[in-house]
Amino acid sequence: MGARREVIEDLRRQIDRRHGGSPSRKSLPFGIMPIDRHLPTKGLALGALHEVIEHGPASEFAGTATLFTAGILARLKGPVLWCLTRRDLFSPGLLQAGPHPNRVIYAETSRDGEILPLIEEGLHEKGLGAVVGEVTKLGLTASRRLQLAAEASGVTALLIRRWWTLAQKDLTGLPTAALTRWRITPAVSESMPADGLGRARWQVDLMRCRGAEPCSWIVEACDAQGRLALPSDLAHGPHPAQVRKPAAG
Amino acid sequence: MRRVVSLYLPTWPTDRIRRKFESPPPDKPLVTVRTTGSRRIIASACQAARQCGLIEGMPVAQAQALVPDLHVMDADPEGEAKSLLELAKWAIRFSPVVALDSPDGIWIDIAGVEHLFGGEEALLKTLIARLEINGIRACAAIADVPGAAWAVARYGKGGIIPPGRAVDAVSCLPVQALRLSPPTIGAMHRLGVERIGQLAAMPRAPMVRRFGREASLRLDQALGHAAEPISPIIPEETTVATRIFAEPIARLEDLKLVVRQLSEEVCRTLVKKGQGVRRLDIVFRRVDEKGAALRAGTAKATRDHAHLAKLFDDRLETIDPGFGIEEVVLIASRTEPLDATQMVARGLDEAEEEADISRLVDRLAARVGVDRVYRLAPVETLVPERMAAKVPALSPPARSAWPDGLPRPTRLLDPPEGIITTALLPDYPPAAFIWRRVRYKVIKADGPERITSEWWLGDQHRMLRDYYRLETDKGARFWVFRDAPLSEGGRWWMHGFFA
Repeated sequence: MGARREVIEDLRRQIDRRHGGSPSRKSLPFGIMPIDRHLPTKGLALGALHEVIEHGPASEFAGTATLFTAGILARLKGPVLWCLTRRDLFSPGLLQAGPHPNRVIYAETSRDGEILPLIEEGLHEKGLGAVVGEVTKLGLTASRRLQLAAEASGVTALLIRRWWTLAQKDLTGLPTAALTRWRITPAVSESMPADGLGRARWQVDLMRCRGAEPCSWIVEACDAQGRLALPSDLAHGPHPAQVRKPAAG
Repeated sequence: MRRVVSLYLPTWPTDRIRRKFESPPPDKPLVTVRTTGSRRIIASACQAARQCGLIEGMPVAQAQALVPDLHVMDADPEGEAKSLLELAKWAIRFSPVVALDSPDGIWIDIAGVEHLFGGEEALLKTLIARLEINGIRACAAIADVPGAAWAVARYGKGGIIPPGRAVDAVSCLPVQALRLSPPTIGAMHRLGVERIGQLAAMPRAPMVRRFGREASLRLDQALGHAAEPISPIIPEETTVATRIFAEPIARLEDLKLVVRQLSEEVCRTLVKKGQGVRRLDIVFRRVDEKGAALRAGTAKATRDHAHLAKLFDDRLETIDPGFGIEEVVLIASRTEPLDATQMVARGLDEAEEEADISRLVDRLAARVGVDRVYRLAPVETLVPERMAAKVPALSPPARSAWPDGLPRPTRLLDPPEGIITTALLPDYPPAAFIWRRVRYKVIKADGPERITSEWWLGDQHRMLRDYYRLETDKGARFWVFRDAPLSEGGRWWMHGFFA
């Protein structure tokens, strides 16, 4: 078993070299064993393009995708560029799991087509920790450009894919050059002994990943340092990796 | 594409006098007077004087008979022209291509810069509002043809003429709008030609015989059939680098190369002057006399020529070279003192984060405008909509922060949207609610957290909200509030989305 895994690892490295990617890609572990073990890079690959899809139209579930992204930013160093088209981001809420407001620079445009050049501009800047982009449309060519820019500079690109109509939802299913595609859905939280809300719970779906199967996990939402956690009542239950879903989209 | 603002200052001489001497008050009629032969006639009349029936060319004696307390000043054409030049220099803040349109107007070519002000309409509004605050009456029009903009600013209502619609905009205007000499206008009137459209409909050859070449040229300029160059004024003290080509260039690579060379040249001059650039303009002059301009700003004074050249790189693609560009001018239109030592320090410490970010901010601002690249700083308030204020991206870090510990959503609906709720008991958190025609069942709730407006704002802005966090049966979490207890007619509102 161990020998086979080594062979696979070796093959993977060879493929990576062929594709021009660095064999030892830096990554940011989520700190949750099942997820990190599942990802070929043992965490979220840095200097690459990732998509986070909102699970729902309007802003209804925008909070989850946003907080998931903010949690990643909190654990990265350096300033962050956040490119947006709609002004519904509430930065005091972002602070609760994400980066300090002094670290975040916002670039705003009113048109969707203008946002991709902004993201690319940010990805050329080596000093940045990450670039977040809120986009609806993302073509294959555009995503390749962003992926190449991210690889060249080592800046991580996190694209929050927003959608408001069903037609736009279908757009989020189209292929892109992103390394991973996540979908964050709210899940019913643990019931508290007293009235009130405890820590929120998410279903994290890895819908696409270069070099790994799609997978789903139930996790507890980001804490103040942006860390996810495994739910205590599920940690000893069925292995979360077995809650596997067929590839969606 | 070309877009030209024609700014018209109908009462410039009198506005200038009021600004200079702060008298007489705006409601007192004021005229300036010039002497022709032995007659003293009104050269220009202010708004109040016009309302009293005083017009230009009226003898002063007659005017004083009509308005006994009339303020009279001598006209000062030289001084007026000088102040108009000052005003034109001020207008360079809008675009690098600004030209005088004596005696009472200014041209501004805004092609390629209007997005920095949020579009043409916003630019026009800002321009006129700024002038009016300073006591200068102004009217302006934007068109792709300078002659049409001129005509609409003076004889039309002003405003924006969409590209390609110059003919429609001017054809119903009187022939005076063609910038012709009074005898020519008189000749037209004698023949019953009152409107530009009438003139345009006449066969060209007889029309030229009757009214002269000038009429034909001005007509073509107003309709956009003849080119009309605008040669920008450049204040003498400005640092400029110019290239004139014997053979016009059109290729993008050539343009990029020229921009790079020019920015090196500008930076060399700036080193000598001990200055750094805050705003940089580039003006292209085409073979067919049409121009184009680009503008970029920097968040910090800089003399880094590679960085400056890069600010234009992407936008050079938008320049239409036409049959070729024969002159390129790079203008450091706003500069600030910059010590040589500072430059060295930054050069040594290349990895310094802040310096890098300032360059990124410049490049982003060149794309979307300075006010759209920003940071959010905490505001000392409890009202969610007002908690974050935009500050310039490079402003010093905020010391305070938002209170943590209180749960806040990551997305906020502004303004909040009304929801229909059902509750188990009055003043309890809702058991279910309908938002955007979808029904949600609440299984857990937290609250209330009472948020009130600041007491020092007084009773008018009084606001009282009870916020609840709700979790639905699907796990989605919402931030809702009721704006008063039920006994006072409180309503429920959806305000934010949690993770």
